[in-house]
Amino acid sequence: MAKSISHEFVKGLWQEIPPFRLVLGLCPTLGVTTKMEYGIGMGLATTFVLVGSNVLVSMLRNVIPSKVRIACYIVIIATFVTVVELLMQAFTYNLFLTLGIFIPLIVVNCIVLGRAEAFASKNGVALSTADGLGIGIGYTLALATLGAFREILGAGTLTVWGGQKVLDLVATFPDFQPFKFVVQAPGAFVCLGLMLCLMNMTGKK
Amino acid sequence: MGDYIVLIISCIFVNNILLAQFLGNCPFLGTSKKMETAVGMAMAVIFVLVMAGAITWLVFTFLLVPLDLTYMRTIAFILVIAALVQFVEMFLKKSIPALYAGLGIFLPLITTNCAVLGACVVIIDKEYNFMQALVASFAYAAGFGLALVLFAGVRERILLARVPRPLQDTSIALVTAGILSLTFYAFRGMV
Repeated sequence: MAKSISHEFVKGLWQEIPPFRLVLGLCPTLGVTTKMEYGIGMGLATTFVLVGSNVLVSMLRNVIPSKVRIACYIVIIATFVTVVELLMQAFTYNLFLTLGIFIPLIVVNCIVLGRAEAFASKNGVALSTADGLGIGIGYTLALATLGAFREILGAGTLTVWGGQKVLDLVATFPDFQPFKFVVQAPGAFVCLGLMLCLMNMTGKK
Repeated sequence: MGDYIVLIISCIFVNNILLAQFLGNCPFLGTSKKMETAVGMAMAVIFVLVMAGAITWLVFTFLLVPLDLTYMRTIAFILVIAALVQFVEMFLKKSIPALYAGLGIFLPLITTNCAVLGACVVIIDKEYNFMQALVASFAYAAGFGLALVLFAGVRERILLARVPRPLQDTSIALVTAGILSLTFYAFRGMV
């Protein structure tokens, strides 16, 4: 099968969308999706690291000795994570504070290492970029969906970017009672579980 | 002494690394299908995390802070953990083969276990002293082990139950983890 750039890009958006289809990268998925805004921020940061590391790994794929490849990948990924950390401190400081520990933890996000090992180390730069972008955007979409779901139910609001509320159910309907459980720790597991269940119902194996 | 007991309880139960802080969830779901693998993973994490917590604390305090390189923390820590895991593996293989056979395949997985890196970063962020860092890393690892083993027990029972088709496997596991997390939630307000 001939691999086309568009195919590699699109597969990340639905067919292999993490974390629903590939059950990887669960920690940030559970930890930061209390608001849609946080989900989007985390997704974009991961996308940046994913594209950067995919490009670099695929450029260096013939130079890196296979015995120490995992260590090399981790160093490459850690470098991009540090770049993201510094960029976020400079431009989106509030978001950086909220996401907190999950930003340095992109280093050990299995999606990033998984794509480097499974895709970028075997394919050219253009294909790897498309793959990184596709999976990254898919991940962002997934986090945003879960974030929106939990925020609307749990707090009755919807914030897309910069703390501005697009939707405020509590102000519009004074009788609306936010379902607090959803935004707390146990709710994260239950929501993601139900989301996976929905994905299983719509998709065919 | 009392402070340390409070610290231990808070790290194991109140801020349980798996169920309250959401770190290390991939191995949590991946290795909890059988009790045996869950126990192996829990032991390996306790073993590595205690050492990693101590070493990263030393590296941060005596190397990164004096050299004004604290922004290199992520890279330095992941290198320390990766090297440590490699050394532990070689050491165990040579001198304690029985333990190596038990931990075996779980050791390499620990490098990318976010519970280990996460706990090290949390310990630095909370500005603990060396003794506290050591106690906290042990308690975090013990909390990880406790949650993992409990969850594996529950999951073995789920295998016997009739689960609706779309909910099978990971999906029902996550909902169960939510209920387990709810029980740990009850410890909130204790410390």
